[in-house]
Amino acid sequence: MKLSIPLSALFGIAVTVTIVGVAVLAPWIAPYSMSEIVGEVWEPMSTTHLLGTDTLGRDLLSRLMFGARTTLWIAALATMISFCLGTFLGLAAAVFGGWIDQVLSRLVDLVMAIPTLILALVILSVLAPSLTTLILVMGLLDSTRVFRLTRSVGHDIVVMDYVEAAVLRGEGRLWIIFREILPNALSPLIAELGLRFIFMVLFLSALSFLGLGIQPPEADWGGMVKENKDGIVFGIPAALIPAAAIAVLAISVNLIADWVLKRTSSLKGGQNV
Amino acid sequence: MIAQRVALSLLILFAVSVVIFVGTEILPGDVAQNILGQTATPEALANLREKMGLNEPALSRYLSWLGGLLQGDLGVALTNGRDIAESLISRFGNTLFLAAVAAIMSVPLAIFLGLVAVRYRDRWPDKVISAATLTSISLPEFFIGYLLMLFFAVKFPAFPSVASVYDGMGFLARLHAVALPAFALTLVVLAHMMRMTRAAVLNVMESPFIETAELKGLSSFKVIYRHALPNAIAPIVNVVMLNMAYLIVGVVVIEVIFVYPGLGQYLVDHVAKRDVPVVQAAGLIFAVIFIGLNLIADITALLSNPRLRHPK
Repeated sequence: MKLSIPLSALFGIAVTVTIVGVAVLAPWIAPYSMSEIVGEVWEPMSTTHLLGTDTLGRDLLSRLMFGARTTLWIAALATMISFCLGTFLGLAAAVFGGWIDQVLSRLVDLVMAIPTLILALVILSVLAPSLTTLILVMGLLDSTRVFRLTRSVGHDIVVMDYVEAAVLRGEGRLWIIFREILPNALSPLIAELGLRFIFMVLFLSALSFLGLGIQPPEADWGGMVKENKDGIVFGIPAALIPAAAIAVLAISVNLIADWVLKRTSSLKGGQNV
Repeated sequence: MIAQRVALSLLILFAVSVVIFVGTEILPGDVAQNILGQTATPEALANLREKMGLNEPALSRYLSWLGGLLQGDLGVALTNGRDIAESLISRFGNTLFLAAVAAIMSVPLAIFLGLVAVRYRDRWPDKVISAATLTSISLPEFFIGYLLMLFFAVKFPAFPSVASVYDGMGFLARLHAVALPAFALTLVVLAHMMRMTRAAVLNVMESPFIETAELKGLSSFKVIYRHALPNAIAPIVNVVMLNMAYLIVGVVVIEVIFVYPGLGQYLVDHVAKRDVPVVQAAGLIFAVIFIGLNLIADITALLSNPRLRHPK
């Protein structure tokens, strides 16, 4: 099969790779350090400060680059937790069925009955703020969505003949989960991975914006919006730059996920997803 | 069927109250310590624990909290000692007003754009609309909010940048004050609602009776308006209700952006101050609205579909 990637997906891949590359290389390519005060407060864009300076006179471009590290890294960790837990429990529920399925599904229904942001706020109001709790809370709350998807995809696969053949061969339950079901459930899950990652970036940014995510002086995109938001009423667009960075990343990953989803559904004759 | 669904919602609501209570009271971390900070003396801590009833077993604290809730007594805020129910009611009213204005703008617009996309399916209006919605789904709320603020409050000062409302404010003045946050909320939910409307109507468009209507020579808008839309009402109402639930939650960030004195800002303020009773009460109210709107969505789906209403 010839691999042809549509223009929109190519664009998405290019932008995403660039952002990840900048985040990885930030300490070497950033013009200034993250917390050094290098100018006046809210200087406009100039050749010395390409994006201007922020509310304390720090270089906005450098902070944006270092902020990308924090935002991407934490969102990635939370996505990993959410995905591993959600996929494993979802497949377990599909394979074992019975009371394990019932208990897990009702528990997930319950958590999903409360809006995610509200539940996160309630939990974060009592926990001492730290990166570990933040990542765990984000990952655990989001794993409910991965669980739902994996369980329904798993359900469709469990009834296939080759799974029954494996059961008759006397394979163990874990072998069936990881060798028979998981490989066949992978493509919708990968598209979902992109969507979950973006959701995490937006979720983390919202929490940081509300002052409950990453704590200063550490830079992250949502927190940078919060730091610079008072400039807006004076017509200074500094807060919009990190917000736009989030938007560009989100659009790019969505374009990739869209393409992967379309590709999987056309492979299966348009039946699935 | 409906009674069953209502009973299920009440059960979920009860379980949610347990989750919120457990989430705030039993998790590691001492509420008294959090309020007073690390430097508090042991005597002060013991006093506060006594005052808050933290020494009693969790179950009896939960029951007294629940009992109070059912009688409309939400307790007092730790930070300022004010009655929570009283502060909640006026802020809840503000939030409902903002959400209602946003709903009145977004629902007709979303349905109209959804129908246009169906009429011109796979042609340029559909492609433009779906590209625009894909973009706006990816935008964080604060990007939309501050962009609107920068343009319509600072560069072209048509609306106030801070949506302050007070008691006794006239209706029009109030409307003017919430214009920008309401507009931002509209943009936040519009895309979702439109996409789902398009999908719901397209689903109906594949039925044989639509083909009949087309074959007897009706104009394409008339086919959609007379034949497809009535049959798509149920899914559309469902979509609208789900998005209203989303709107009520999306209100949290928007209220903080425009410093609007609503329920969302109240919740966020008190999360930062670790005022647990307020957080519990406000969190529970958000959950009640969310569950209630989902219930309405399910019931309309049941009522409008005879096959669901009379199961075999």
